[in-house]
Amino acid sequence: MSVDVARLPEAGRWRSLYDFYVTTMRTAIASQLQYRVTNYFYMLGMIAEPVVYLVVWTTIAKDQGGAVNGITTGEFAAYYIVWTLVRNMNIVFGAPFWEERIREGRLAGDLLKPMYILHYDLAYFAGWKFVVVVLWLPIAFGLSAVFHPTLSPTPLEIVVFIFAIWGAYLVRSMFQGTIGMLNFWTTRGAAVFDLYIATEMLLSGRLVPLQLMPGWVQTLANFLPFKWTFGFPIESLVGNLSTRDLLLGLCAQALWIGIGLVLFKVAWSSAIKRFVSVGN
Amino acid sequence: MPDPVVHVAELTKIYKVPEREAGLRAAAKALFKRQTRDVRAVEAISFDIGPGEIVGFLGPNGAGKTTTLKMLAGLLYPTSGEARVLGHIPSKREREYLRRMTMVMGNRNQLQWDIPALDSFELNRAIYRLQRDDYLAMRDELVELLDVGDLVRKPVRNLSLGERMKVEIVGALLHRPQVLFLDEPTIGLDVTMQKRIRTFIDEYNRRHGATVLLTSHYMADVEALCKRVIVIHHGRILFDGALAALADEFAAYKTIGVVLENGGAPLDAYGEVVLNEGDRVSIRVPKAETSRVAARLLAEHEVLDLTIEEPPIEDVIESVFAQPAAQ
Repeated sequence: MSVDVARLPEAGRWRSLYDFYVTTMRTAIASQLQYRVTNYFYMLGMIAEPVVYLVVWTTIAKDQGGAVNGITTGEFAAYYIVWTLVRNMNIVFGAPFWEERIREGRLAGDLLKPMYILHYDLAYFAGWKFVVVVLWLPIAFGLSAVFHPTLSPTPLEIVVFIFAIWGAYLVRSMFQGTIGMLNFWTTRGAAVFDLYIATEMLLSGRLVPLQLMPGWVQTLANFLPFKWTFGFPIESLVGNLSTRDLLLGLCAQALWIGIGLVLFKVAWSSAIKRFVSVGN
Repeated sequence: MPDPVVHVAELTKIYKVPEREAGLRAAAKALFKRQTRDVRAVEAISFDIGPGEIVGFLGPNGAGKTTTLKMLAGLLYPTSGEARVLGHIPSKREREYLRRMTMVMGNRNQLQWDIPALDSFELNRAIYRLQRDDYLAMRDELVELLDVGDLVRKPVRNLSLGERMKVEIVGALLHRPQVLFLDEPTIGLDVTMQKRIRTFIDEYNRRHGATVLLTSHYMADVEALCKRVIVIHHGRILFDGALAALADEFAAYKTIGVVLENGGAPLDAYGEVVLNEGDRVSIRVPKAETSRVAARLLAEHEVLDLTIEEPPIEDVIESVFAQPAAQ
């Protein structure tokens, strides 16, 4: 079939993808900057959780002569201050966002665009991170002034940490996106998301450093994705992981990103056929 | 005869809808046993649309218009039947296809809410992989055609409904789509804004030869833009043809207007008098009797002028929609 209608030429594929990521990230940053006050209150709310953990563990450590299971008060402070950055970095387009996207009819608009939906979500939230990191810096300085963290990372640890926080972002994006697909089968997919979060709390190092958990929990955590989204990125900077452990951690993240991507693709191809878009 | 741009054959969409009685008992029962009902939103419809045509897709709420448009845009999987647009099967959602079509939903915002429309246009440039020079030329052309030069720098949330619709349309057409699915693009807009959008659609179609399938509850949109209409009701096509022929097929009456030499004569015997202003009278008569009544009027009165008019398109459409669903 030929239709005599002029079309605009297109740019090359990989260059286009790069351009798409950069432009989407810029758009996300522009959107976030519209709400400066909201952003700061959001950040303040975000540090409430780790500060509670930090105060509890610091108190326990002091009662036990300055350390719990070998972790000193300064190391607890370092762990939970880095936690705040890792937590902000691994906020992703998860199940509740998918529920909202479908309910509010935004998915129909997104589906009209010639792009893989995961690219848009990854790019948009990646842009958002840049605003978050800038806002996080003064908060990190404030927490450091109060809690005196013990932190002296090597250059290798810093490099691995930078990769690890983006790795954590990708691992979490894949798995939470896959859980988000449940919204195509059930109206309230967020219930399953809550179960995911509860498991993550215990097996990721989010609630307590995995070092404080029983041995069998630590072993189990090594074979599940959760640890690679919290515990590993934090420990890559504040822990004393060997070079081998640092590199194995990055490999584990790459593996879970691959597994998560396959799961997401399978779930998405099936989910999209169920989209009804009634009233949207 | 050129190949059709849109080809639809026996296209059907059935939704499975959960339902239950009201009340706590029914809610508890539904926990264990869900009841669903099949809703046949679109049932075995067929039509073709040629290159450059603007076709009005008419029907009351729930007739199946939007469901059809969404199947053609690749948003919904058909239950059965065939749909092809520009040679593509929409449900496959091939990027090559999505880059050649657009869908504007009058009640949905597709631009970024918090930032100026210009930023969203830029994002669309990246999504549709447009060369910058071509993008800028097209953007400027659309901005000029819709006269939104001073609006595209404001955050979208600060625009009025009409302003937002205009910038939405700019955003949706930046990639110069060859097929436009317009789902009530003028809904909620004032008369001036409706006219502006209509003029724009006509101009875009003329300049770029695009094919347009348009749904609207405003007959002014349809009359201004569409030579051809497809009427859908209860998921089935009732009419597909020239707008002018719609009245022939569905209007139950015509209106005879007469100006009499000696005004004031009672004309109730000829039909329903709908207007009586001195020597000017309008009589509504059954369509089949129009010629006979007109002849009688001419024979029995001193007639200075006589016109026979089709009923307003709104009335014709209303009579189409009043038809019961096929059993």
